[in-house]
Amino acid sequence: MTAYIIRRIFYAIPILIGVNLITFVLFFVVNTPDDIARSQLGDRRITTEAIENWKHIHGYHKPVVYNGTEKGARKITETIFYEKSLRLFAFDFGRSDSGRDIGHDISQRMWPSLAIAVPTLLVGILINITFALTIAFFRATYIDFWGVVLCVILLSISSLFYIIGGQFLLSKLLHLVPISGYDTGLNAVKFLILPVIIGVIGGIGAGTRWYRTIFLEEIEKDYVRMARAKGLPETQVLFGHVLRNAMIPILTGIVVLLPLLFLGSLITESFFAIPGLGSYTIEGIQRQDFAIVRAMVFLGSVLYIIGLLLTDISYTLADPRVSLK
Amino acid sequence: MNFMSRISHLYNIPKFLSKLTLFSAIYLCSGFDGQAAWNDPYPPDEIGTNILYLSFSERPKHLDPARAYSSDEYSFLGQIYEPPLQYHFLRRPYTLVPLTTNGTPIIRYLDEDERELNSDTSVERIAFTVYEFSIKPGIEFQPHPALAKDDSGAYRYHSLDVDEINNVHSLRDFRYTGTRELTAEDYVYQIKRLADPKRHSPIAGVMAQYIVGFSELIDALERVHTGNTKGSFVDLREYPLKGVETTDRYTYRIKIKNKYPQFLYWQAMLFFAPMPWEAEKFYSQSGLQKRNITLDWYPIGTGPFFLTENNPNLRMVLTRNPNFRGETYPQYGEPEDKQSGLLKDAGKTLPFIDRAVYSLEKESIPRWNKFLQGYYDNSGITSDSFDQAVQFNSQGDARLTEAMQERGIKLSTAIQTSIYYMGFNMLDEVIGGNSEKSRKLRQAISIAMDFEEFISIFTNGRGLPAQGPIPPGIFGAHRDAMGINPYVYDWVDGKARRKPIEVAHQLMRDAGYESGVDKESGEPLSLHFEAVARGPDDKARLNWIRKQFDKLGIQLIVRATDYNRFREKMLKGTGEIFFWGWNADYPDPENFLFLLYGPNSKAIHNGENASNYQSSEFDDLFEQMKNMENTPLRQSLIDRMVEIARRDAPWIWGFHPMSFSLHHSWFHNVKPNLMANNLLKYHRIDPVQRQSLRASWNDPVWWPLALFGGLVGLSILPAIVSFRRRERKAAL
Repeated sequence: MTAYIIRRIFYAIPILIGVNLITFVLFFVVNTPDDIARSQLGDRRITTEAIENWKHIHGYHKPVVYNGTEKGARKITETIFYEKSLRLFAFDFGRSDSGRDIGHDISQRMWPSLAIAVPTLLVGILINITFALTIAFFRATYIDFWGVVLCVILLSISSLFYIIGGQFLLSKLLHLVPISGYDTGLNAVKFLILPVIIGVIGGIGAGTRWYRTIFLEEIEKDYVRMARAKGLPETQVLFGHVLRNAMIPILTGIVVLLPLLFLGSLITESFFAIPGLGSYTIEGIQRQDFAIVRAMVFLGSVLYIIGLLLTDISYTLADPRVSLK
Repeated sequence: MNFMSRISHLYNIPKFLSKLTLFSAIYLCSGFDGQAAWNDPYPPDEIGTNILYLSFSERPKHLDPARAYSSDEYSFLGQIYEPPLQYHFLRRPYTLVPLTTNGTPIIRYLDEDERELNSDTSVERIAFTVYEFSIKPGIEFQPHPALAKDDSGAYRYHSLDVDEINNVHSLRDFRYTGTRELTAEDYVYQIKRLADPKRHSPIAGVMAQYIVGFSELIDALERVHTGNTKGSFVDLREYPLKGVETTDRYTYRIKIKNKYPQFLYWQAMLFFAPMPWEAEKFYSQSGLQKRNITLDWYPIGTGPFFLTENNPNLRMVLTRNPNFRGETYPQYGEPEDKQSGLLKDAGKTLPFIDRAVYSLEKESIPRWNKFLQGYYDNSGITSDSFDQAVQFNSQGDARLTEAMQERGIKLSTAIQTSIYYMGFNMLDEVIGGNSEKSRKLRQAISIAMDFEEFISIFTNGRGLPAQGPIPPGIFGAHRDAMGINPYVYDWVDGKARRKPIEVAHQLMRDAGYESGVDKESGEPLSLHFEAVARGPDDKARLNWIRKQFDKLGIQLIVRATDYNRFREKMLKGTGEIFFWGWNADYPDPENFLFLLYGPNSKAIHNGENASNYQSSEFDDLFEQMKNMENTPLRQSLIDRMVEIARRDAPWIWGFHPMSFSLHHSWFHNVKPNLMANNLLKYHRIDPVQRQSLRASWNDPVWWPLALFGGLVGLSILPAIVSFRRRERKAAL
């Protein structure tokens, strides 16, 4: 397995270079270095000299990916792409265009994102599996039918509706939780209740349907019939046999998400004023802060690759027949 | 037990759910105690305390007074830093008064040979103006580690080693703080910082035109930074600025070129607030920069508050500065201020509140609801909540709805010192230029563009149709019949009434565009509108604009783009018609009329004259007017300039926005002051009343949850029965 992991890490390098290059090209198609400088310096009373000075100090005075005025390797190394990208591979994100240390900001902002994402994921999984198993148990009955209808309704509703509706109901009308905000330590708990509830409810429709499909597929298999034929009670059949075998696709689907939990959720964080990473990238884009955009895209790519790798590893844990070579 | 077995073993649902419920109950209880409402977002120990709660929607970009230039930043910095002058809180029109100085500065005029001239000397003879500021002794900086000294008198934290820096995550991690007296040298140091290319001060270009020796200092510092590859501390005290000097510990002089009365207004802006050299030295340590502990994020000032919590992603907290000198509340204001209770605190020591907590609130819905719940002490009004808060009576006056009045909420309105206008690119072949044909075309469009309707539809009535570039309340603007734009409005029954569309049609005929068809070519007239479109909300606005041009038969082609491309078009002068705005730096007509001054053309000179309007007559008058005091002669020059601009119509004058803000009954001393940014010190709250009202407004309501739980229980009952029946059923 070690050789497999090392090989996958090497595969990741060209992927990351490619993602980084695409990010560069896309960003600079929309924003010129002058635009970046102006967005940092403001529009009012800014002189051309001030813009040139800012670009020079922040390294945006060079060509983006190819420097035709230089010779040899300097055609590549004397570019914004090379200078800004190289450090990323050492996870040195540098400073944002507004002057803040990006690594420090990420380390501060990932915790609130995790504080919402982890309980939402765990509680969501438990509830979704419970609902899915119940529906599977009552398959082909009115509970199954109306359960699926309810799931389709739930997954058709926009997440924004859940957020606004939840804030309106639980905070504005019933006064049970703060409508938005965040705090550190245990004080954060009261702020997390509402986003977690909304996140869980918002995910019930899709999650339950997906798990139901997996369970129904398992329920029809021979070993389940065999278990029933042996006279096992239905609960034991479901929890002892169906759930165990259905956990393989469920687990692998969850493991790929785990690293991405750090990145948070844009809408949830914005509406609940949670200072997480979800809004960090969007803030970077809105402010045309290329350093933040570049760092966050790179981080997202790395985490996604890690997620896929973990998924592969989790196969071996979940199913002894699978081995990585 | 293999991995899957463990999972299934752990997955005992009823047991797990009971654990989860218990855990949730502990969670819920941990956040609350007996006093706080369940939805109170603030810690229980803040109940009944003298803390003002506010929100901000955009995190500040910079907190360095040399660099900050937006309201997002000034709302914090204005309470921390103190420039030499400030705007009087209550007086109108806006009046400059001393802040840290003993009286207003002494102004002397000099000729080319530096001989002193009388104050009534003609502007042409004045080669230099010298401002002498005398600051009050005894003013101290806030407590700050940069000023902390050890027993030997050496600065404790100016040479931190790696271990010391590793233990620092914010300024609070420094055990010792210190202070020292404010001196004139601190003001001089800050002016030098404005010239430092590394600071990227937005006003460096403007100041280089005026302050003697400023450009030379920029060049000198550029050379220094080029040689300073390690980025070590550059002590600006070692670099002279010819036009700025101290004469004693408390006095400094600024020498500027020519006469520039508006320079005094700059002295009320934070760019000219004092900066101790020790702060730059302290923050220049690279280890601190790695932790985002920089002068750009941790201010150091002499003002009534200092920043004690700096998390722009969540919360900014300003706390009363224990070293604040004890400024007092103004004794005098406008006649109506006494009646409205704004002079109740006259003569009392400022500030009134102990702390101000600013929470980041990006979305308007939670912000508005938290205001209604009493968790924010004031609030603006977004379009979403406007109808809930405000209604207009038959006279068109805004008043609060009954729901707001019942809560004791109060409304403050003010016309902003801003203008939103629709500009014509005067370099354009069709719509621009000084020909009679194009002028009449622009005048016709100005009449057709019904900004009264625009204000009503798109700003909830929060605006005043503009009659020219200068907003009401600023010297040079007239009220009533004197103030109307006679090319667009008639004065009827004591009100300005937009001319009928027939007048616009006649102008179109005169211009050779009858019914929107070019008489010469026979082609329909089509114009291009450069729009910054950000989302679906813009569609209605763009359709409305198209409809206005339609009234004259003109085809308006909307070229929607992002702000970068829009700005590029403006810089290149390739746009045709556009919508833009300007917010005053200071309350002087020069700050608006310069937007039409030829040498300020955006396309030609990279200035702020976005329509690239050029009129030698206007420019000559501007040259005469700009450096004058506010006298009848200046007024007459302004009147002539405004008349020229109205006739040439480089802009459709658009509207001056009105600010509507709400505050609760426990929030006192609120008077809109759109020039001042240091108003926090005047505000007073009644925390007892606030707590009592909050409690009555936020009583938790449990029964719907119990009802919901019961309904869920009932609905699953048949399933449980069915499950049991199935379990008991014999196998086939």
